[in-house]
Amino acid sequence: MDLSYSDEEKAFRAEVRAFLEEKLPKEMSDKIRKGEELGKEGQERWHAILNEQGWLAPNWPKKFGGAEWNAVQRHIFEEEAAAAYAPRIVPFGLSMLAPVLQKFGSQEQNDYWLPRILSGEDWWCQGYSEPGAGSDLASLKTEAVLNDEGTHYIVNGQKTWTTLGQHANMIFCLVRTDKTVKQQEGISFLLIDMDTPGVEVRPIILLDGTHEVNEVWFTDVKVPVENLVGEENKGWTYAKYLLTHERTNIAGVGFSQAGLTAVKRIARAEMSGGKPLMDNPHFAARVARVEIDLMAMSTTNLRIVSKAAAGAAPGVESSMLKVKGTIIRQEINDLARRAAGAYAMPFASEAIEGSNLALPDPLNAGPVAAQYFNNRKLSIFGGSNEIQRQIIAKTTMGGGA
Amino acid sequence: MNFDLTEERQMLQDSLRRFLRDKYDTATRNKILESDTGFSADIWNGLAELGVIGALFTEDQGGFGGAGFDIAVVFEELGRAGVVEPFLDTAVLGGGLIADLGSDDQKAHVEAIIGGTLQLAFAHGEPNSRYDLNRVSTTAKVDGDNVVLNGRKAVVVNAENADMLIVSARESGEAGDENGISLFLVPADTKGITLQGYALLAGGRAAEVTLDDVSVPASARLGEAGKAFKAIEARVAAANVAICAETLGAMETATRLTREYLMTRKQFGKPIGTFQALAHRMSDLLIEMEQARSAVIVAAGHLEAEYKSRESHVSAAKNLLGRAGRLVAEDSIQMHGGIAMTQEYELAHIAKRIIMSDHRFGDTDHHLERYIAIAAA
Repeated sequence: MDLSYSDEEKAFRAEVRAFLEEKLPKEMSDKIRKGEELGKEGQERWHAILNEQGWLAPNWPKKFGGAEWNAVQRHIFEEEAAAAYAPRIVPFGLSMLAPVLQKFGSQEQNDYWLPRILSGEDWWCQGYSEPGAGSDLASLKTEAVLNDEGTHYIVNGQKTWTTLGQHANMIFCLVRTDKTVKQQEGISFLLIDMDTPGVEVRPIILLDGTHEVNEVWFTDVKVPVENLVGEENKGWTYAKYLLTHERTNIAGVGFSQAGLTAVKRIARAEMSGGKPLMDNPHFAARVARVEIDLMAMSTTNLRIVSKAAAGAAPGVESSMLKVKGTIIRQEINDLARRAAGAYAMPFASEAIEGSNLALPDPLNAGPVAAQYFNNRKLSIFGGSNEIQRQIIAKTTMGGGA
Repeated sequence: MNFDLTEERQMLQDSLRRFLRDKYDTATRNKILESDTGFSADIWNGLAELGVIGALFTEDQGGFGGAGFDIAVVFEELGRAGVVEPFLDTAVLGGGLIADLGSDDQKAHVEAIIGGTLQLAFAHGEPNSRYDLNRVSTTAKVDGDNVVLNGRKAVVVNAENADMLIVSARESGEAGDENGISLFLVPADTKGITLQGYALLAGGRAAEVTLDDVSVPASARLGEAGKAFKAIEARVAAANVAICAETLGAMETATRLTREYLMTRKQFGKPIGTFQALAHRMSDLLIEMEQARSAVIVAAGHLEAEYKSRESHVSAAKNLLGRAGRLVAEDSIQMHGGIAMTQEYELAHIAKRIIMSDHRFGDTDHHLERYIAIAAA
């Protein structure tokens, strides 16, 4: 047992820190710190900066142009990036689609799509959930039927909660290709160009006024058969592979650490009874409790990360990290809005880019209440915390659960 | 013991509930949220005609209610529908302070308030006061027959729509002293008042109010010089009963929507409410609803009690509603899933009303500390 990082890992951390100091634009980190949206251009700019450094695809093998970092390196990068208020890279192409292509796609698909992901030529979004298929994803109904010539699938249906679909030109979808078999055995994994006639994107405005997610409608959309990934009706297997293997940052340790720093900063600026709120033992106890939870959880994360670095596939632990990680992040969001007192009340649609200019923010707290509400999504998306608990129970108690 | 509403209050509740059910649906309310003024004049006038504002004043004051239970009945219904119109600011706080402290001339405004033609805002909190009612740094200096006000007031709800502001200012002592605080009834267009207005996350609008050599006649003072603190505490107690009742109403809506959703939304071939993990959580919410309702009843019933009893019960309610409200809001969203995250779904606004009620006149922690302090005093 040795709780310290190795010399190589420390050197790597220093390298990451130096890179962020030099290359992360100040106006970009300011926006992230204030909880503002980066917008498409900002995202693409950060994407390009990382690509130039060769750090855009930390999880990809070198042969595909990735950095091929191990799990500990990835963890260090995520921690440093969050502490520096670096933007989060849009994960759909890089860490969700790409591993599936690399594992199950054809040579042609990898040769064609992977460089376009790195260059930013394609912006991918994910077409999984449907209005009737949320936690019960396998019940999805969007269907793809092969035309008589066998050249195209004709896709009809509706996807929802499509994150940043308004910026995307490509969507990877789970579609039903066989209705006669068990639900999970009739699903295929299809790549769809969003400029194809019949694709329509409709915005969904979230409760904090932001436009992050969309509905995507498909009406007789023609998709070339070349865009089927792997085998027909094996899509569920590929989707599950994606869910179990690409959850490196599922605990959100870096976000929580940055969030906790922000809470303390706000609570030092906010006065209560003539003293900084941070000096109030009651508030300080709330902060300390979360800090202790976070310390333990980040260590759990490292334990699992170390195992993964040694080659073990994370199992039920990733579900555990998702549940605990989101509870902690949401608690930190709660503390931030609590700390801001009456100044949590303004900021109506604050997360919208540039809209906070006229708003009072003497604490420099940013849109804490809007973030509190927005991050209620954390325990809902990517397999709700109830689904994660079910996975934990099933895995540990089998048929008894 | 009798926990039934009086006949008058039952009628008030019924007519208010009917009015809001007919005229304040989600689409209407969402339009009001996006409007420049942050409230609907039609709704305001309609509710004034219905007697909603009058119910918040005693007969002596020109109304027909004014007790803790009247306030609770009105605000529970407003909360149930997620109403954002400024009844708290104009009637309970502004109108209440005028009725409690005002001269005969000043009290003449109450009629217009009850009629819905005069709006008010309570400019009390400051950037460094958090929830401390005694931390007033804004100054009031006597200058011949006039008083000159200087300072800054934070997050003054309804300031832009208000015809008059009720401004607290210090005539003597230090920030934090209870003695030395006065209230002034100041027309909103008085020279030296600047408003920086903005929308609020949970609906309605507020403003930062800057007072720069605002000169008002000494007759603008409400009550005795430097002696307003006890009246402020009493009115804030009434406001907190209103806020707790409003939050209770909103929690009723949140749990109703959640229960309906659990019974109709199907996943894995059956209603999700049949999954024990969700069924038990729903049961917990319903248990907390009963706790919240009792806390509101007890606080409302002690609003006319002696100081210590009143403050203790009000702080108990605000503490409990802060806790139960958070549970109900968060679990209602969680059990709905993504749909509750969308702006246009009713629960989104209701959840914001519940959570943001914790940010006015003391959050759940503030009132826990206060509850302890009152017991020790």
